[in-house]
Amino acid sequence: MSDPLFEFLCRMGDNTLVLGHRVSEWCGVAPVLEEDIALANTALDLIGQTTLWLNLAGEVEGKGRDADALAFRRDVWDFHNVLLVEQPNGDFGQTIMRQFLFDAWHRGYLTALTGSSHTQVAAIAEKSLKEVTYHLERTTDTVIGLGDGTEESHKRMQSALDRLYPYIGEMFFKDAVDEAMISEGIAPDPTSLRAAFDSLLDEVLAKATLTRPDGTFAHKGGKSGQRHSEHLGHILAQMQWLQRAYPDATW
Amino acid sequence: MYAQMIKSTGKGVKSLDEMDPEERAFQERINAGGKIEPKDWMPEGYRKTLIRQIGQHAHSEIVGQLPEGNWITRAPTLERKAILLAKVQDEAGHGLYLYCAAETLGVSRDQLTRDLLTGRMKYSSIFNYPTLTWADMGAVGWLVDGAAIMNQVPLQRTSYGPYARAMVRICKEESFHQRQGFDIMMKMVNGTEAQRRMAQDALNRFWYPSLMMFGPSDAESVHSAQSMAWKIKMNTNDELRQKFVDQTVPQAEYLGLTVPDEHLKWNETRGHYDFSEPDWDEFFDVLQGNGPCSTDRMEARNMAWDEGRWVREGLLAHAEKKRARKMAAE
Repeated sequence: MSDPLFEFLCRMGDNTLVLGHRVSEWCGVAPVLEEDIALANTALDLIGQTTLWLNLAGEVEGKGRDADALAFRRDVWDFHNVLLVEQPNGDFGQTIMRQFLFDAWHRGYLTALTGSSHTQVAAIAEKSLKEVTYHLERTTDTVIGLGDGTEESHKRMQSALDRLYPYIGEMFFKDAVDEAMISEGIAPDPTSLRAAFDSLLDEVLAKATLTRPDGTFAHKGGKSGQRHSEHLGHILAQMQWLQRAYPDATW
Repeated sequence: MYAQMIKSTGKGVKSLDEMDPEERAFQERINAGGKIEPKDWMPEGYRKTLIRQIGQHAHSEIVGQLPEGNWITRAPTLERKAILLAKVQDEAGHGLYLYCAAETLGVSRDQLTRDLLTGRMKYSSIFNYPTLTWADMGAVGWLVDGAAIMNQVPLQRTSYGPYARAMVRICKEESFHQRQGFDIMMKMVNGTEAQRRMAQDALNRFWYPSLMMFGPSDAESVHSAQSMAWKIKMNTNDELRQKFVDQTVPQAEYLGLTVPDEHLKWNETRGHYDFSEPDWDEFFDVLQGNGPCSTDRMEARNMAWDEGRWVREGLLAHAEKKRARKMAAE
Protein backbone atom coordinates (compact mmCIF):
# COMPACT_ATOMS: atom_id res chain seq x y z
CA MET A 1 0.00 0.00 0.00
CA SER A 2 1.25 3.52 -0.74
CA ASP A 3 1.36 6.05 2.09
CA PRO A 4 -2.20 5.93 3.48
CA LEU A 5 -2.31 9.69 4.08
CA PHE A 6 -1.37 10.32 0.44
CA GLU A 7 -4.02 7.90 -0.72
CA PHE A 8 -6.65 9.39 1.58
CA LEU A 9 -5.93 12.88 0.20
CA CYS A 10 -6.14 11.56 -3.37
CA ARG A 11 -9.52 10.03 -2.56
CA MET A 12 -10.82 13.39 -1.40
CA GLY A 13 -9.34 15.28 -4.35
CA ASP A 14 -10.29 12.70 -6.96
CA ASN A 15 -13.92 12.66 -5.82
CA THR A 16 -14.19 16.42 -6.22
CA LEU A 17 -12.18 16.45 -9.46
CA VAL A 18 -14.20 13.78 -11.23
CA LEU A 19 -17.54 15.09 -10.00
CA GLY A 20 -16.51 18.67 -10.85
CA HIS A 21 -15.70 17.48 -14.36
CA ARG A 22 -19.05 15.76 -14.72
CA VAL A 23 -20.98 18.79 -13.47
CA SER A 24 -19.05 21.11 -15.77
CA GLU A 25 -20.25 19.04 -18.74
CA TRP A 26 -23.60 20.81 -18.20
CA CYS A 27 -22.15 24.18 -19.10
CA GLY A 28 -24.60 26.19 -21.19
CA VAL A 29 -27.25 23.49 -21.58
CA ALA A 30 -29.04 23.37 -18.20
CA PRO A 31 -32.87 23.32 -18.12
CA VAL A 32 -33.10 26.88 -16.85
CA LEU A 33 -30.68 29.79 -16.51
CA GLU A 34 -30.60 29.64 -12.71
CA GLU A 35 -29.42 26.04 -13.00
CA ASP A 36 -26.68 27.00 -15.45
CA ILE A 37 -25.41 29.36 -12.79
CA ALA A 38 -25.83 26.91 -9.92
CA LEU A 39 -24.17 24.01 -11.74
CA ALA A 40 -21.22 26.15 -12.80
CA ASN A 41 -20.93 27.32 -9.21
CA THR A 42 -20.96 23.77 -7.88
CA ALA A 43 -18.31 22.69 -10.40
CA LEU A 44 -16.22 25.71 -9.48
CA ASP A 45 -16.36 24.88 -5.77
CA LEU A 46 -15.45 21.26 -6.46
CA ILE A 47 -12.47 22.20 -8.64
CA GLY A 48 -11.31 24.63 -5.94
CA GLN A 49 -11.51 21.86 -3.34
CA THR A 50 -9.62 19.54 -5.68
CA THR A 51 -6.75 21.99 -5.85
CA LEU A 52 -6.50 22.11 -2.06
CA TRP A 53 -6.68 18.35 -1.54
CA LEU A 54 -4.32 17.40 -4.34
CA ASN A 55 -1.76 20.07 -3.54
CA LEU A 56 -1.64 18.72 -0.01
CA ALA A 57 -1.39 15.17 -1.40
CA GLY A 58 1.59 16.25 -3.51
CA GLU A 59 3.23 17.89 -0.50
CA VAL A 60 2.74 14.77 1.61
CA GLU A 61 4.10 12.58 -1.16
CA GLY A 62 7.22 14.75 -1.44
CA LYS A 63 8.07 13.87 -5.01
CA GLY A 64 7.53 17.33 -6.44
CA ARG A 65 4.07 16.67 -7.85
CA ASP A 66 1.48 19.40 -7.42
CA ALA A 67 -2.29 19.26 -7.87
CA ASP A 68 -2.01 19.70 -11.64
CA ALA A 69 0.51 16.88 -11.98
CA LEU A 70 -1.77 14.61 -9.97
CA ALA A 71 -4.94 15.63 -11.79
CA PHE A 72 -3.60 15.54 -15.31
CA ARG A 73 -0.81 12.96 -15.37
CA ARG A 74 -2.17 9.93 -13.54
CA ASP A 75 -3.96 7.11 -15.31
CA VAL A 76 -7.19 5.40 -14.29
CA TRP A 77 -5.70 2.87 -11.87
CA ASP A 78 -4.16 5.63 -9.77
CA PHE A 79 -7.48 7.41 -9.29
CA HIS A 80 -9.27 6.86 -6.00
CA ASN A 81 -12.68 8.47 -6.45
CA VAL A 82 -15.81 6.51 -5.62
CA LEU A 83 -17.67 5.00 -8.58
CA LEU A 84 -20.71 7.21 -7.94
CA VAL A 85 -19.02 10.40 -9.14
CA GLU A 86 -17.86 8.97 -12.46
CA GLN A 87 -21.36 7.80 -13.43
CA PRO A 88 -22.66 9.60 -16.51
CA ASN A 89 -24.76 12.73 -16.17
CA GLY A 90 -27.82 11.10 -17.73
CA ASP A 91 -30.73 13.51 -17.62
CA PHE A 92 -30.86 16.43 -15.22
CA GLY A 93 -32.61 14.22 -12.67
CA GLN A 94 -29.76 11.74 -12.63
CA THR A 95 -27.22 14.54 -12.30
CA ILE A 96 -29.08 16.07 -9.36
CA MET A 97 -29.68 12.73 -7.65
CA ARG A 98 -25.98 11.84 -7.97
CA GLN A 99 -25.07 15.24 -6.57
CA PHE A 100 -27.53 14.92 -3.69
CA LEU A 101 -26.24 11.47 -2.68
CA PHE A 102 -22.67 12.69 -2.87
CA ASP A 103 -23.40 15.96 -1.03
CA ALA A 104 -25.15 14.08 1.78
CA TRP A 105 -22.09 11.85 2.27
CA HIS A 106 -19.67 14.72 1.70
CA ARG A 107 -21.21 17.01 4.29
CA GLY A 108 -21.16 14.28 6.95
CA TYR A 109 -17.59 13.32 6.14
CA LEU A 110 -16.29 16.91 5.99
CA THR A 111 -18.02 17.75 9.26
CA ALA A 112 -16.09 14.94 10.92
CA LEU A 113 -12.87 16.04 9.18
CA THR A 114 -13.08 19.52 10.71
CA GLY A 115 -12.00 17.78 13.92
CA SER A 116 -9.02 16.09 12.23
CA SER A 117 -5.73 15.79 14.08
CA HIS A 118 -4.08 16.99 10.87
CA THR A 119 -4.38 20.77 10.90
CA GLN A 120 -4.25 21.21 7.10
CA VAL A 121 -6.89 18.51 6.61
CA ALA A 122 -9.10 20.21 9.19
CA ALA A 123 -8.63 23.59 7.49
CA ILE A 124 -9.52 22.31 4.02
CA ALA A 125 -12.54 20.51 5.45
CA GLU A 126 -13.73 23.65 7.17
CA LYS A 127 -13.47 25.72 4.02
CA SER A 128 -15.12 23.02 1.90
CA LEU A 129 -17.89 22.41 4.42
CA LYS A 130 -19.32 25.90 3.93
CA GLU A 131 -19.64 25.28 0.20
CA VAL A 132 -20.91 21.73 0.52
CA THR A 133 -23.56 22.69 3.07
CA TYR A 134 -24.98 25.00 0.43
CA HIS A 135 -24.71 22.32 -2.27
CA LEU A 136 -26.67 19.92 -0.09
CA GLU A 137 -29.37 22.49 0.65
CA ARG A 138 -29.83 23.11 -3.02
CA THR A 139 -29.83 19.47 -4.13
CA THR A 140 -32.17 18.51 -1.28
CA ASP A 141 -34.67 21.13 -2.44
CA THR A 142 -34.35 20.07 -6.06
CA VAL A 143 -34.74 16.35 -5.33
CA ILE A 144 -37.85 17.12 -3.29
CA GLY A 145 -39.21 19.54 -5.91
CA LEU A 146 -38.76 17.14 -8.79
CA GLY A 147 -39.78 14.00 -6.87
CA ASP A 148 -42.97 15.72 -5.72
CA GLY A 149 -43.51 17.56 -9.00
CA THR A 150 -45.28 16.16 -12.04
CA GLU A 151 -45.84 12.52 -12.82
CA GLU A 152 -42.99 12.63 -15.31
CA SER A 153 -40.52 14.35 -13.00
CA HIS A 154 -41.42 11.88 -10.26
CA LYS A 155 -40.80 8.94 -12.56
CA ARG A 156 -37.48 10.32 -13.72
CA MET A 157 -36.28 10.96 -10.16
CA GLN A 158 -37.28 7.47 -9.08
CA SER A 159 -35.38 5.90 -11.95
CA ALA A 160 -32.35 8.09 -11.16
CA LEU A 161 -32.46 6.87 -7.57
CA ASP A 162 -32.81 3.24 -8.67
CA ARG A 163 -29.91 3.65 -11.09
CA LEU A 164 -27.56 5.22 -8.54
CA TYR A 165 -28.59 3.43 -5.35
CA PRO A 166 -26.01 0.62 -5.67
CA TYR A 167 -23.23 3.24 -5.66
CA ILE A 168 -24.04 4.59 -2.21
CA GLY A 169 -22.44 1.76 -0.24
CA GLU A 170 -18.90 2.38 -1.45
CA MET A 171 -18.82 5.79 0.26
CA PHE A 172 -19.23 4.04 3.64
CA PHE A 173 -16.88 1.09 3.21
CA LYS A 174 -13.91 0.90 5.48
CA ASP A 175 -10.56 -0.42 4.25
CA ALA A 176 -6.91 -0.37 5.34
CA VAL A 177 -6.42 3.28 4.33
CA ASP A 178 -9.40 4.26 6.48
CA GLU A 179 -8.07 2.17 9.37
CA ALA A 180 -4.75 4.00 9.20
CA MET A 181 -6.51 7.41 9.11
CA ILE A 182 -8.77 6.46 12.01
CA SER A 183 -5.88 5.30 14.13
CA GLU A 184 -4.05 8.62 13.64
CA GLY A 185 -7.19 10.65 14.26
CA ILE A 186 -6.95 12.15 10.77
CA ALA A 187 -10.27 10.95 9.38
CA PRO A 188 -13.45 9.38 10.75
CA ASP A 189 -14.63 5.80 10.44
CA PRO A 190 -16.81 5.95 7.30
CA THR A 191 -19.13 3.25 8.64
CA SER A 192 -19.97 5.50 11.59
CA LEU A 193 -21.52 8.06 9.22
CA ARG A 194 -23.99 5.73 7.57
CA ALA A 195 -26.82 6.02 10.09
CA ALA A 196 -27.02 9.81 9.82
CA PHE A 197 -26.87 9.55 6.04
CA ASP A 198 -29.68 6.99 6.02
CA SER A 199 -31.95 9.06 8.18
CA LEU A 200 -31.37 12.15 6.00
CA LEU A 201 -32.00 10.06 2.90
CA ASP A 202 -35.24 8.69 4.33
CA GLU A 203 -36.42 12.14 5.33
CA VAL A 204 -35.70 13.66 1.92
CA LEU A 205 -37.12 10.72 -0.02
CA ALA A 206 -40.30 10.87 2.03
CA LYS A 207 -40.76 14.56 1.17
CA ALA A 208 -39.92 13.79 -2.43
CA THR A 209 -42.47 10.93 -2.44
CA LEU A 210 -39.73 8.61 -3.72
CA THR A 211 -39.29 4.98 -2.72
CA ARG A 212 -36.01 3.74 -1.38
CA PRO A 213 -34.98 0.68 -3.42
CA ASP A 214 -34.67 -2.70 -1.72
CA GLY A 215 -31.36 -4.44 -1.42
CA THR A 216 -27.99 -3.75 0.09
CA PHE A 217 -25.78 -4.52 -2.88
CA ALA A 218 -22.98 -2.03 -3.37
CA HIS A 219 -20.54 -1.69 -6.24
CA LYS A 220 -16.97 -1.00 -5.23
CA GLY A 221 -13.53 -0.61 -6.73
CA GLY A 222 -13.30 3.15 -7.31
CA LYS A 223 -12.08 4.24 -3.90
CA SER A 224 -9.45 1.50 -3.85
CA GLY A 225 -8.62 2.15 -7.50
CA GLN A 226 -8.83 -1.57 -8.23
CA ARG A 227 -11.71 -1.48 -10.68
CA HIS A 228 -13.21 1.74 -11.99
CA SER A 229 -16.12 1.85 -14.40
CA GLU A 230 -15.40 2.26 -18.11
CA HIS A 231 -16.51 5.87 -17.83
CA LEU A 232 -13.45 7.16 -16.00
CA GLY A 233 -11.11 6.43 -18.90
CA HIS A 234 -13.22 8.61 -21.18
CA ILE A 235 -13.33 11.41 -18.63
CA LEU A 236 -9.53 11.34 -18.40
CA ALA A 237 -9.13 11.12 -22.18
CA GLN A 238 -10.87 14.45 -22.40
CA MET A 239 -9.58 16.05 -19.23
CA GLN A 240 -5.91 15.14 -19.74
CA TRP A 241 -5.61 15.32 -23.51
CA LEU A 242 -4.01 18.75 -23.76
CA GLN A 243 -1.42 18.11 -21.04
CA ARG A 244 -0.43 14.80 -22.60
CA ALA A 245 -0.39 16.06 -26.20
CA TYR A 246 1.87 19.00 -25.23
CA PRO A 247 3.85 17.68 -22.26
CA ASP A 248 6.49 20.45 -22.43
CA ALA A 249 4.05 23.34 -22.37
CA THR A 250 3.12 25.51 -19.41
CA TRP A 251 -0.25 27.18 -19.52
CA MET B 1 -21.18 44.96 -27.56
CA TYR B 2 -23.33 42.02 -28.30
CA ALA B 3 -26.10 43.85 -30.16
CA GLN B 4 -25.88 44.23 -33.91
CA MET B 5 -28.17 45.73 -36.54
CA ILE B 6 -30.82 46.78 -34.02
CA LYS B 7 -33.78 48.32 -35.79
CA SER B 8 -35.59 51.28 -34.22
CA THR B 9 -38.64 53.06 -35.62
CA GLY B 10 -37.07 53.58 -39.04
CA LYS B 11 -38.76 56.96 -39.24
CA GLY B 12 -35.82 59.16 -38.45
CA VAL B 13 -35.32 61.43 -35.48
CA LYS B 14 -38.05 63.94 -34.73
CA SER B 15 -37.12 67.44 -33.66
CA LEU B 16 -38.36 68.62 -30.26
CA ASP B 17 -40.86 70.87 -32.00
CA GLU B 18 -42.43 67.93 -33.81
CA MET B 19 -43.06 66.06 -30.56
CA ASP B 20 -46.17 66.18 -28.44
CA PRO B 21 -45.62 67.48 -24.88
CA GLU B 22 -45.18 64.01 -23.33
CA GLU B 23 -42.57 62.91 -25.81
CA ARG B 24 -40.86 66.26 -25.67
CA ALA B 25 -40.54 66.06 -21.89
CA PHE B 26 -39.16 62.54 -22.28
CA GLN B 27 -36.57 63.61 -24.84
CA GLU B 28 -35.57 66.68 -22.88
CA ARG B 29 -34.99 64.54 -19.84
CA ILE B 30 -32.69 62.29 -21.88
CA ASN B 31 -30.90 65.28 -23.38
CA ALA B 32 -30.24 66.58 -19.88
CA GLY B 33 -28.62 63.26 -18.91
CA GLY B 34 -31.60 62.03 -16.87
CA LYS B 35 -32.59 58.39 -16.54
CA ILE B 36 -35.82 56.79 -17.69
CA GLU B 37 -37.24 54.30 -15.19
CA PRO B 38 -39.70 51.43 -15.84
CA LYS B 39 -42.78 53.30 -14.60
CA ASP B 40 -42.04 56.45 -16.58
CA TRP B 41 -43.83 57.25 -19.80
CA MET B 42 -41.80 56.29 -22.87
CA PRO B 43 -42.50 56.20 -26.60
CA GLU B 44 -43.45 52.76 -27.87
CA GLY B 45 -40.52 52.82 -30.30
CA TYR B 46 -38.05 53.39 -27.44
CA ARG B 47 -39.52 50.48 -25.51
CA LYS B 48 -39.48 48.10 -28.47
CA THR B 49 -36.00 49.07 -29.62
CA LEU B 50 -34.66 48.57 -26.10
CA ILE B 51 -36.30 45.15 -25.86
CA ARG B 52 -34.63 44.14 -29.12
CA GLN B 53 -31.27 45.47 -27.99
CA ILE B 54 -31.28 44.17 -24.42
CA GLY B 55 -32.78 40.87 -25.57
CA GLN B 56 -30.08 40.38 -28.18
CA HIS B 57 -27.44 41.19 -25.62
CA ALA B 58 -28.94 38.70 -23.14
CA HIS B 59 -29.17 35.97 -25.78
CA SER B 60 -25.54 36.60 -26.68
CA GLU B 61 -24.50 35.99 -23.09
CA ILE B 62 -26.45 32.74 -23.04
CA VAL B 63 -25.21 31.40 -26.37
CA GLY B 64 -21.77 32.78 -25.50
CA GLN B 65 -21.47 30.14 -22.79
CA LEU B 66 -21.15 27.47 -25.48
CA PRO B 67 -17.87 28.30 -27.27
CA GLU B 68 -16.10 28.72 -23.94
CA GLY B 69 -17.87 25.83 -22.29
CA ASN B 70 -16.35 23.82 -25.11
CA TRP B 71 -12.98 24.01 -23.31
CA ILE B 72 -13.89 23.70 -19.63
CA THR B 73 -13.52 19.93 -19.59
CA ARG B 74 -10.20 20.25 -21.47
CA ALA B 75 -8.65 23.20 -19.62
CA PRO B 76 -4.90 22.79 -19.14
CA THR B 77 -4.65 23.45 -15.38
CA LEU B 78 -7.02 23.40 -12.45
CA GLU B 79 -6.62 27.15 -12.08
CA ARG B 80 -7.46 27.81 -15.73
CA LYS B 81 -10.43 25.46 -15.42
CA ALA B 82 -11.69 27.35 -12.37
CA ILE B 83 -11.22 30.74 -14.06
CA LEU B 84 -13.09 29.56 -17.14
CA LEU B 85 -15.92 28.13 -15.04
CA ALA B 86 -16.18 31.40 -13.15
CA LYS B 87 -16.25 33.30 -16.42
CA VAL B 88 -18.99 31.17 -17.95
CA GLN B 89 -20.93 31.48 -14.71
CA ASP B 90 -20.57 35.27 -14.94
CA GLU B 91 -21.97 35.15 -18.47
CA ALA B 92 -25.04 33.24 -17.35
CA GLY B 93 -25.38 35.85 -14.59
CA HIS B 94 -25.14 38.68 -17.14
CA GLY B 95 -27.86 36.96 -19.14
CA LEU B 96 -30.00 36.91 -16.02
CA TYR B 97 -29.55 40.63 -15.19
CA LEU B 98 -30.26 41.55 -18.79
CA TYR B 99 -33.42 39.44 -19.00
CA CYS B 100 -34.52 41.11 -15.77
CA ALA B 101 -33.83 44.54 -17.30
CA ALA B 102 -35.86 43.52 -20.37
CA GLU B 103 -38.70 42.29 -18.13
CA THR B 104 -39.08 45.81 -16.73
CA LEU B 105 -40.13 46.77 -20.29
CA GLY B 106 -42.99 44.30 -20.24
CA VAL B 107 -41.61 41.22 -21.98
CA SER B 108 -41.10 37.91 -20.17
CA ARG B 109 -37.90 35.90 -20.16
CA ASP B 110 -39.82 32.92 -21.57
CA GLN B 111 -41.08 35.00 -24.48
CA LEU B 112 -37.57 36.25 -25.25
CA THR B 113 -36.26 32.69 -25.01
CA ARG B 114 -38.89 31.46 -27.45
CA ASP B 115 -37.91 34.25 -29.84
CA LEU B 116 -34.29 33.15 -29.65
CA LEU B 117 -35.08 29.48 -30.15
CA THR B 118 -37.30 30.10 -33.16
CA GLY B 119 -34.68 32.36 -34.73
CA ARG B 120 -36.88 35.46 -34.50
CA MET B 121 -34.29 37.17 -32.33
CA LYS B 122 -30.55 37.02 -32.91
CA TYR B 123 -27.44 36.85 -30.81
CA SER B 124 -24.03 38.28 -31.65
CA SER B 125 -22.45 36.87 -34.81
CA ILE B 126 -19.21 36.18 -32.94
CA PHE B 127 -20.59 33.17 -31.08
CA ASN B 128 -21.12 31.32 -34.35
CA TYR B 129 -17.37 30.81 -34.68
CA PRO B 130 -15.71 27.68 -33.32
CA THR B 131 -13.15 27.53 -30.51
CA LEU B 132 -10.56 25.07 -31.76
CA THR B 133 -7.52 25.30 -29.52
CA TRP B 134 -6.80 26.44 -25.99
CA ALA B 135 -5.44 29.71 -27.43
CA ASP B 136 -8.99 30.49 -28.52
CA MET B 137 -9.88 30.89 -24.84
CA GLY B 138 -7.23 33.60 -24.75
CA ALA B 139 -8.37 35.18 -28.01
CA VAL B 140 -12.02 35.20 -26.96
CA GLY B 141 -11.19 36.98 -23.71
CA TRP B 142 -8.72 39.39 -25.26
CA LEU B 143 -10.53 40.24 -28.51
CA VAL B 144 -14.20 39.34 -28.04
CA ASP B 145 -14.55 40.63 -24.50
CA GLY B 146 -12.31 43.53 -25.49
CA ALA B 147 -14.67 44.45 -28.31
CA ALA B 148 -17.71 43.99 -26.05
CA ILE B 149 -16.27 46.34 -23.46
CA MET B 150 -15.80 49.10 -26.06
CA ASN B 151 -19.55 49.48 -26.28
CA GLN B 152 -20.55 48.42 -22.81
CA VAL B 153 -18.50 51.02 -21.00
CA PRO B 154 -20.37 53.95 -22.62
CA LEU B 155 -23.67 52.07 -22.15
CA GLN B 156 -23.22 52.47 -18.40
CA ARG B 157 -24.49 56.00 -19.13
CA THR B 158 -27.40 54.84 -21.26
CA SER B 159 -30.75 56.53 -20.70
CA TYR B 160 -32.68 53.50 -19.47
CA GLY B 161 -31.99 53.09 -15.75
CA PRO B 162 -32.24 49.29 -15.35
CA TYR B 163 -30.07 48.75 -18.44
CA ALA B 164 -27.43 51.24 -17.27
CA ARG B 165 -27.29 49.61 -13.84
CA ALA B 166 -26.99 46.10 -15.33
CA MET B 167 -24.18 47.41 -17.49
CA VAL B 168 -22.24 48.75 -14.50
CA ARG B 169 -22.13 45.27 -12.97
CA ILE B 170 -21.38 43.61 -16.28
CA CYS B 171 -18.49 45.94 -17.12
CA LYS B 172 -16.68 45.17 -13.88
CA GLU B 173 -16.69 41.48 -14.71
CA GLU B 174 -15.95 41.89 -18.41
CA SER B 175 -12.76 43.82 -17.82
CA PHE B 176 -11.60 41.00 -15.55
CA HIS B 177 -12.40 38.53 -18.33
CA GLN B 178 -10.43 40.53 -20.84
CA ARG B 179 -7.38 40.59 -18.59
CA GLN B 180 -7.64 36.83 -18.12
CA GLY B 181 -7.77 36.37 -21.88
CA PHE B 182 -4.70 38.49 -22.40
CA ASP B 183 -2.94 36.55 -19.65
CA ILE B 184 -3.64 33.28 -21.50
CA MET B 185 -2.23 34.82 -24.68
CA MET B 186 0.91 35.94 -22.80
CA LYS B 187 1.49 32.41 -21.57
CA MET B 188 0.98 31.04 -25.06
CA VAL B 189 3.37 33.41 -26.83
CA ASN B 190 6.02 32.83 -24.19
CA GLY B 191 5.55 29.07 -24.37
CA THR B 192 6.58 26.39 -26.85
CA GLU B 193 6.55 26.76 -30.60
CA ALA B 194 3.26 24.85 -30.77
CA GLN B 195 1.73 27.30 -28.30
CA ARG B 196 2.93 30.32 -30.30
CA ARG B 197 1.44 28.74 -33.39
CA MET B 198 -1.88 28.24 -31.60
CA ALA B 199 -1.83 31.89 -30.47
CA GLN B 200 -1.20 33.24 -33.98
CA ASP B 201 -3.81 30.91 -35.44
CA ALA B 202 -6.36 32.10 -32.89
CA LEU B 203 -5.67 35.74 -33.76
CA ASN B 204 -5.93 34.92 -37.48
CA ARG B 205 -9.34 33.34 -37.01
CA PHE B 206 -10.80 35.81 -34.49
CA TRP B 207 -9.53 39.15 -35.83
CA TYR B 208 -12.12 39.83 -38.53
CA PRO B 209 -15.06 38.24 -36.67
CA SER B 210 -14.15 40.57 -33.76
CA LEU B 211 -14.25 43.60 -36.07
CA MET B 212 -17.66 42.41 -37.27
CA MET B 213 -18.98 42.52 -33.71
CA PHE B 214 -19.48 46.28 -34.06
CA GLY B 215 -21.73 45.76 -37.07
CA PRO B 216 -21.43 47.42 -40.49
CA SER B 217 -20.95 51.15 -40.78
CA ASP B 218 -24.08 52.86 -39.49
CA ALA B 219 -23.10 56.49 -39.92
CA GLU B 220 -25.98 56.91 -42.38
CA SER B 221 -28.46 54.66 -40.59
CA VAL B 222 -31.78 56.11 -39.42
CA HIS B 223 -32.01 53.38 -36.78
CA SER B 224 -28.66 54.34 -35.39
CA ALA B 225 -29.48 58.06 -35.38
CA GLN B 226 -32.68 57.40 -33.44
CA SER B 227 -30.95 55.10 -30.95
CA MET B 228 -28.25 57.70 -30.41
CA ALA B 229 -30.86 60.42 -29.84
CA TRP B 230 -32.43 58.16 -27.22
CA LYS B 231 -28.99 57.44 -25.74
CA ILE B 232 -29.38 53.72 -26.00
CA LYS B 233 -26.48 53.74 -28.41
CA MET B 234 -23.66 56.06 -27.51
CA ASN B 235 -21.23 55.86 -30.45
CA THR B 236 -21.35 54.84 -34.09
CA ASN B 237 -20.12 51.40 -35.07
CA ASP B 238 -17.17 52.88 -36.97
CA GLU B 239 -16.04 54.96 -33.99
CA LEU B 240 -16.03 51.92 -31.76
CA ARG B 241 -14.34 49.70 -34.33
CA GLN B 242 -11.58 52.28 -34.78
CA LYS B 243 -11.14 52.56 -31.04
CA PHE B 244 -10.89 48.78 -30.77
CA VAL B 245 -8.28 48.55 -33.53
CA ASP B 246 -6.25 51.39 -32.04
CA GLN B 247 -6.25 49.69 -28.67
CA THR B 248 -5.64 46.15 -29.87
CA VAL B 249 -2.88 46.55 -32.46
CA PRO B 250 -0.23 47.63 -29.90
CA GLN B 251 -1.30 44.71 -27.69
CA ALA B 252 -0.79 42.29 -30.59
CA GLU B 253 2.65 43.84 -31.17
CA TYR B 254 3.49 43.42 -27.50
CA LEU B 255 2.52 39.75 -27.81
CA GLY B 256 4.72 39.39 -30.89
CA LEU B 257 1.72 38.36 -32.99
CA THR B 258 0.83 39.56 -36.48
CA VAL B 259 -2.59 41.06 -37.12
CA PRO B 260 -3.81 39.34 -40.31
CA ASP B 261 -4.24 42.55 -42.29
CA GLU B 262 -1.59 43.58 -44.80
CA HIS B 263 -3.14 47.04 -45.09
CA LEU B 264 -2.91 47.74 -41.39
CA LYS B 265 -0.87 50.93 -40.96
CA TRP B 266 -0.60 53.81 -38.52
CA ASN B 267 -1.97 56.97 -40.12
CA GLU B 268 -0.13 59.91 -38.67
CA THR B 269 -2.56 62.49 -40.04
CA ARG B 270 -5.66 60.80 -38.66
CA GLY B 271 -3.94 59.70 -35.50
CA HIS B 272 -5.48 56.26 -35.98
CA TYR B 273 -4.67 52.95 -37.63
CA ASP B 274 -5.91 52.37 -41.17
CA PHE B 275 -7.22 48.84 -41.49
CA SER B 276 -9.13 46.54 -43.82
CA GLU B 277 -12.86 46.06 -43.47
CA PRO B 278 -14.02 42.56 -42.63
CA ASP B 279 -15.87 40.57 -45.28
CA TRP B 280 -19.40 41.89 -44.81
CA ASP B 281 -20.85 39.16 -47.04
CA GLU B 282 -19.60 36.67 -44.51
CA PHE B 283 -21.18 38.74 -41.74
CA PHE B 284 -24.58 38.71 -43.44
CA ASP B 285 -24.26 34.97 -44.07
CA VAL B 286 -23.62 34.46 -40.37
CA LEU B 287 -26.64 36.60 -39.46
CA GLN B 288 -28.72 34.49 -41.83
CA GLY B 289 -27.80 31.42 -39.81
CA ASN B 290 -24.89 30.29 -41.97
CA GLY B 291 -22.06 30.81 -39.51
CA PRO B 292 -19.65 27.91 -39.01
CA CYS B 293 -21.38 26.91 -35.75
CA SER B 294 -24.83 28.48 -36.16
CA THR B 295 -26.61 25.16 -36.47
CA ASP B 296 -24.70 23.66 -33.54
CA ARG B 297 -25.43 26.62 -31.29
CA MET B 298 -29.15 26.64 -32.03
CA GLU B 299 -29.36 22.88 -31.68
CA ALA B 300 -27.63 23.05 -28.30
CA ARG B 301 -29.98 25.76 -27.01
CA ASN B 302 -33.07 24.05 -28.36
CA MET B 303 -32.01 20.73 -26.88
CA ALA B 304 -31.39 22.36 -23.49
CA TRP B 305 -34.82 23.98 -23.57
CA ASP B 306 -36.71 20.90 -24.82
CA GLU B 307 -34.97 18.43 -22.53
CA GLY B 308 -35.33 20.81 -19.62
CA ARG B 309 -39.08 21.14 -19.99
CA TRP B 310 -39.89 18.35 -17.55
CA VAL B 311 -37.61 19.97 -14.97
CA ARG B 312 -39.23 23.37 -15.27
CA GLU B 313 -42.70 21.83 -15.20
CA GLY B 314 -41.81 19.59 -12.26
CA LEU B 315 -40.46 22.44 -10.15
CA LEU B 316 -43.45 24.61 -10.99
CA ALA B 317 -45.90 21.84 -10.11
CA HIS B 318 -44.13 21.33 -6.79
CA ALA B 319 -44.24 25.05 -5.98
CA GLU B 320 -47.98 25.04 -6.67
CA LYS B 321 -48.54 21.98 -4.48
CA LYS B 322 -46.60 23.62 -1.69
CA ARG B 323 -48.65 26.79 -1.97
CA ALA B 324 -51.89 24.81 -1.96
CA ARG B 325 -50.82 22.81 1.11
CA LYS B 326 -49.86 25.99 2.91
CA MET B 327 -53.19 27.59 2.14
CA ALA B 328 -55.07 24.46 3.25
CA ALA B 329 -53.19 24.53 6.56
CA GLU B 330 -54.02 28.19 7.25
